[in-house]
Amino acid sequence: MTPIGLVERLLGGFNWLRPEPGSAVWWFRRDRIAVISLTFIVAMLLIAILAPWLTPYPNQGRGEPSILDKLLPPSQAHPFGTDPLGRDVLARVLFGARTALIAGIAIQAISVTFGTVLGALAGYSGGWLDEVIMRVTDVFLAFPPLLLAMTIAAVLGPSLQNAILAISMTWWPWYTRLTRGQAISVRERDYVKAARGIGVNDITIIWRHILPNVLTPVMVQATLDLGASILTVSALSFLGLGVPPPTPDWGAMISEGRVYIQSGRWWIPTFPGLALFLTIMSFNLLGDGVQIVSNPQARGDLE
Amino acid sequence: MSRGEYLLRRLGLGVLVILGVMMVTFVLSRVVPGDPARLYLGPRAQAQALEQVREELGLNDPLPKQFVRYVTSTLRGELGYSFRTKRPIIQDIKVRLPATMELVICATLLALAVGVPVGVLGAAGRGKIFDQLSRVISIAGVSMPAFWLALLLQLTFFLWLGWLPLGGRLSQQVQLGSPIERVTGFNLIDAAISSNWVAWRDAVMHTIMPVVVLATYPISLSIRMTRASMVDVLSETYITAARAAGLTEREVLFKLALKNAIVPTLTMMGLLFAYSITGAVLVEIVFTWPGMGSYMTDAILYGDIYVLFAVTLVVTVIYILINLVVDFIQAALDPRVRIGRGGEV
Repeated sequence: MTPIGLVERLLGGFNWLRPEPGSAVWWFRRDRIAVISLTFIVAMLLIAILAPWLTPYPNQGRGEPSILDKLLPPSQAHPFGTDPLGRDVLARVLFGARTALIAGIAIQAISVTFGTVLGALAGYSGGWLDEVIMRVTDVFLAFPPLLLAMTIAAVLGPSLQNAILAISMTWWPWYTRLTRGQAISVRERDYVKAARGIGVNDITIIWRHILPNVLTPVMVQATLDLGASILTVSALSFLGLGVPPPTPDWGAMISEGRVYIQSGRWWIPTFPGLALFLTIMSFNLLGDGVQIVSNPQARGDLE
Repeated sequence: MSRGEYLLRRLGLGVLVILGVMMVTFVLSRVVPGDPARLYLGPRAQAQALEQVREELGLNDPLPKQFVRYVTSTLRGELGYSFRTKRPIIQDIKVRLPATMELVICATLLALAVGVPVGVLGAAGRGKIFDQLSRVISIAGVSMPAFWLALLLQLTFFLWLGWLPLGGRLSQQVQLGSPIERVTGFNLIDAAISSNWVAWRDAVMHTIMPVVVLATYPISLSIRMTRASMVDVLSETYITAARAAGLTEREVLFKLALKNAIVPTLTMMGLLFAYSITGAVLVEIVFTWPGMGSYMTDAILYGDIYVLFAVTLVVTVIYILINLVVDFIQAALDPRVRIGRGGEV
């Protein structure tokens, strides 16, 4: 299937508003929890895009201090209160959605690109190349992911790009494994054999026939993994290995708020944490729903 | 493949992976910006002294030779010096590992104690309210940023209710008034051995919040694993037969079905360990718990980068070994494993 064919199937194949009974979309819509999560994710995307227009303090959201208003508890003017530099916490939370989503998407994009190419290469070629690629994959999977990401980020120095790179280094092996399995099964199909028979070169076969076929499960997995990658970025930021100030970031905001807990300023870490938690949870609930829907045996869970 | 062959192959792969892991930490330690010799001597060192240290540390040797030396000295337990504590890293790890293991072990036990029964009940009433609720709760658990939950608990139980201490392993008064004699390094055990109940109670109070936070992820994981394998087992005919023979639902669930369903949950211990030890990094900073996690975060703060390589290496090797042991136990219990998974590893 060509990429265009894939999009056509995703958009045209289903009728989203009136799905046929028994179709995947029909089952998905029965899973109320998953539908709510999807709605929340779409809302988060909109918030990230529209952040500057959703708050009266867009400059504070981007990091401009307003020192006279520091550490104000939640009020009508500042529903989430203000932080140690007097910035509106709500504005910071809204802008933080941008950092979180950009970082999450970047991590998945890098890991998918790298992992898929290696996996397709390993699965299609087999032999020693397969062996080498898979052993390297084993080594990277042997590390507890956060520890490896921390160490790489510490070597590279704290910045958003480096955090993204460090986390991608721990993520690609999963896609290599996933793609390799798919590639092995596609390799034996008749049309691939036919293509080889008429002398099409390997790179063209991988590009035209293997990759488009392995892409669907990989893209689904990548979307569902967004939540987990956002969690990891925020953990690095919390440790001071991610986004440096004044860029708005949920993990960094929680870390800044930590010192103010003992004096009872609960709002500084609570609200960014809530945004983080709900975003990650929506991705995970959506993933759970997709898994139930795509597995006919599990559909019994939706009774 | 015979059992012996399978185990040998598994062991060989494990050794290979450990070598690969060392290669990664070695390569990382060579791309660190900044000169290790300068780090060692401080910023105002003379050129001649720097050259001498470089020679001593073997930094002028070709890379393959350096790697061989790195592997052999690591195997001897020489992990280098911490520039911050001015002590061999292995010494620091020995002091701090028990503190972290105390948290990790308690969290894993808590995870099994809560996760298994909830998973069983969820599977028993598939799709019902309790099942839906435990599904949402278990997903909330895997989505929870540990450092945030830790702060919320501190707010609630320290600041507002005043029931639990803010952090640390022991209160200052207890540390001075009735100190714990160090035997195993596990405060809970050491205090109990010497019947130091004042300190024991204090240690328990300090352990509650970090353990609960650390257990959140493993609890969710074991709920989901147990539920999934219980759903499989409950659809088997021997369960229907047992029900028909008049066994009570309780006996069917907890005696008959769970015995088979628990194997996958137990083999997940390796994974649980990995998550707990990673979670410990985040939990320990918030609760100022003097373990491996705060050792790492202090190292980050002070640019003591070789500590990071050493700790990552040690934890990864422990993790690989635990997974090996789990594989061996699984192979011993279940002959299908050798054929099914032996082929593809």
